Amino acid sequence: MLEIKNLCVSIENKEILKNINLKIRAGEVHVVMGPNGSGKSTLASILAGKTQGYDVTGDVFFKEKNLLMMSSENRSHEGLFLGFQYPVEIPGVTNIYLLKAALNAKRKTQGLPEVDAMDFLKLVKEKIRAIGMETDFLSRAVNAGFSGGEKKQNEILQMTVLEPNLAVLDEIDSGLDIDALKRVSQGITAFMRPDRALLLITHYQRLLDYVKPDYVHVLVNGQLVKSGDHRLAIDLETKGYAWVSNEK
Amino acid sequence: MSTALHHLLDKEYQHGFVTQIDSDTLPCGLSEDVIKIISAKKNEPEFLLQWRLKAYRAWLKMSEPHWANLKYDPIDYQKISYYSAPKLKKQVKSLEEIDPEILKTYEKLGISLREQQHLAGVAVDAVFDSVSVATTFKEKLSELGIVFCSFSEAVQTHPHLIQLYLGTVVSQGDNFFAALNSAVFTDGSFVYVPKNVRCPMELSTYFRINAANTGQFERTLIIADEGSYVSYLEGCTAPKRDENQLHAAIVELIALKDAHIKYSTVQNWYPGDKEGKGGIFNFVTKRGLCRGENSKISWTQVETGSAITWKYPSVILKGDHSVGEFYSVAVTHHHQQADTGTKMIHIGKNTKSTIISKGISAGKGQNTYRGKVQILKKSENARNYTQCDSLLLGSQCGAHTFPFIDVKNETAQVEHEASTCKISEDQLFYCRQRGLSVEDAISMIVHGFCKTVFKELPMEFAVEAQKLLGISLEGAVG
Repeated sequence: MLEIKNLCVSIENKEILKNINLKIRAGEVHVVMGPNGSGKSTLASILAGKTQGYDVTGDVFFKEKNLLMMSSENRSHEGLFLGFQYPVEIPGVTNIYLLKAALNAKRKTQGLPEVDAMDFLKLVKEKIRAIGMETDFLSRAVNAGFSGGEKKQNEILQMTVLEPNLAVLDEIDSGLDIDALKRVSQGITAFMRPDRALLLITHYQRLLDYVKPDYVHVLVNGQLVKSGDHRLAIDLETKGYAWVSNEK
Repeated sequence: MSTALHHLLDKEYQHGFVTQIDSDTLPCGLSEDVIKIISAKKNEPEFLLQWRLKAYRAWLKMSEPHWANLKYDPIDYQKISYYSAPKLKKQVKSLEEIDPEILKTYEKLGISLREQQHLAGVAVDAVFDSVSVATTFKEKLSELGIVFCSFSEAVQTHPHLIQLYLGTVVSQGDNFFAALNSAVFTDGSFVYVPKNVRCPMELSTYFRINAANTGQFERTLIIADEGSYVSYLEGCTAPKRDENQLHAAIVELIALKDAHIKYSTVQNWYPGDKEGKGGIFNFVTKRGLCRGENSKISWTQVETGSAITWKYPSVILKGDHSVGEFYSVAVTHHHQQADTGTKMIHIGKNTKSTIISKGISAGKGQNTYRGKVQILKKSENARNYTQCDSLLLGSQCGAHTFPFIDVKNETAQVEHEASTCKISEDQLFYCRQRGLSVEDAISMIVHGFCKTVFKELPMEFAVEAQKLLGISLEGAVG
C-alpha cells in the first residue's frame, strides 16, 4: 500500500531524514519508535504533504501512485490520513461542519453525491457511539478548548468517519490518561481491517498493549536503524534507545 | 414654484443642459442654483428646499475630513454631476459584452441567468419577476399601514413625516459628507411602521425596483413608531456594478418607545482591480436614535466591497433602558481600505450597547476599527461590551484598532476586548489533510471567525454573505 524508497528530507541544509526505506502492505500495523528529535513527526508530515521549507528526495508510492507529486488534499482523497500530534484549534467552526465538509470533499472526487445533513448526522452519531464518545462533541468548535485527550479522540473520530486506507497516527497516545488511551486504542482496533494499514508513531510501548504491531522500526537521528516484530518494542522499553544506538 | 425659479430653470437649460430628450443630466458642478433645480425637478415642498440650502451653506464652510486611516487622491466636487434622470448607464445588449470576471462571480453566487442580465444592466424585456413580487408585497404592507416607498415618493405622499423626522438624527451640518448629501440627495428609501405593528417580512431594497438607480447620494429614513418592529435589508447581495466613484449616503433610523429596528447590510460594491485601480469610495453616515424608552436598534453589516469604506453606523441611546447593537464583518483584499466602526452614545439610564467587530485583511488590504463609546453624565448604570477581532491573511496587510472610551458617569460598566490573529499554515495544513482545498479551508476558517456576526443576519442573507466572503478572499493565500 505504501512504499518509501530512499527518502531524504532536509531543512536549510540540515538533514532530518536519511535514506528511509519502508514498505507497508494492506492489513499490516507498523510502529515507528524513536527518541525526541529523531525525525518521527517530520516523516508523518512529509507523508501527509507538508512541503514548506523542506527539501525532499527519493520516492514514495501510495497505492502505486507517486505520493510526493500530490497535494495534501489529494493524498487525503486517495485515502491517507494523518492523526496530528498537536491538532490545531479552529474557533467558530463546529466539529460536525468540518467532518461533513471533509467527507463531502472526498466523495466529490469519487464522483459520489454529497451526503445530506440528516444522513450525515445519523452516520456520524453511529461512529461516535462506536468509539465511546459523547455526541455533544459534534457541536463544539474544532479542538477549541479541548483537553489533550479530547483532541486525540477527535482525531480518531475523524479517521473513523473518513475511512482512509492508511492512517498515520503521530503520537496519538501522548497526553492521554488510562481511560482515554483505552478509548483511542479501541478506535484504532476497530479501524483495522485486512484492506487497511496503520503506521503508528510513538515513544511508548503502552499503546502496543492494546494494538499489536506486525513490525516495529526504530528511528534514530533520521535513520531507521533497526526493525523487528512487537518484541522489539518490549526490548526498547526495558533497555532504552541508547541500546539500539550502541548496538549499531 | 416661483417665476424667478422658472426663469432660472429655463436659463440654465439653454446654456448648460445636455439637451437630448432621453437624458436629463445636469452639467458638472455644485451651486445653490443646482440645488434649486434638483428640488424643483423633484417637485419638493419649500421646506425641503430651504433644508437643502441650509445644508449646502454649512457644507461650504466645511472641509473634507482626513482623520480616517485612509489614503486616496483628492476628490473634485465640481467635477460631479449632481442630477441625472434617468441615470446615464451604458446599456449593453448581451451578456457577451460584460466583463467575464463579473459573470464568473455571478455564477459562483448561483444567480440565475435572468438575474445576471438584470444586474449587469442588460436591456432585457421589461418583465422581471420582482416587479409583480414588489406589488404584492406593497399591498400586504399597506394593509398594515406600513409605508415603504422611495424617498421621493414619500416627500409627495407623507411630507409631514419627512418634515418631522428628516435630519433629526443626522443634522445637515453633522459632517462634511452628510452636509453634501443633505444638499444634493436625489433618492433613497423611506419606511414608516405604525404603532404596535410588527412588520411581517424583511423589507429589502431588492423588492423595490425603482431604488436600483438611486445614485450616489442616497438618503434613507426609517421610523418605527411605538411598540413596532421592522427588519430592513440594505443592498443586494449580488455584486452591484456601479460606475459612480463617490458614494455619500445617509441612513437615519428612529425608534420610538418600545420599538425595535434591525438594519442589515451586505455591501459588495466594486472594490477596484487587483492593482487598486478604480472602485467605489463609500463615505456613509448611518445613525440610529433610540428615542423612546426600551427601544432597540441593531446594525449588522458585512462589508466586502468598495475601494474605500468610511462608515460608522452608530446609535444614540437617548431613551431609558434602550439598547444599541453593532455587529460587523469588514473584509479588505488587494488594495481595499476600510475605516469602519461605530459610536454608542449613552444618554438615558440603564442603556446597554454591544459591539462585535470582525476585521479581515488580505493582500495589501488595510482594515481599521474605529469606535467610540460615550457615557454621558446623566446616564446611570450604562453598560457596554466591545469585542474587536482582526484576522490577517498574508504578511502585507494591516489591521488597526482605535477605540475611544469616554465615561462621564461612574456607575458605567464598559468592557473592551480585542484580538488579532493570523490564519496559520498549520490550520491550513490540517484542513487540507482532511481533504479540503485551500479555498474551502480559508472560507471555513474565516466563516468560523465571523460566526457571531453572521448569526445576526437573516437566514438567506447569512448564506450569501458566507459565499461572498469566499469570493472576495479568493487567492488570498498561496
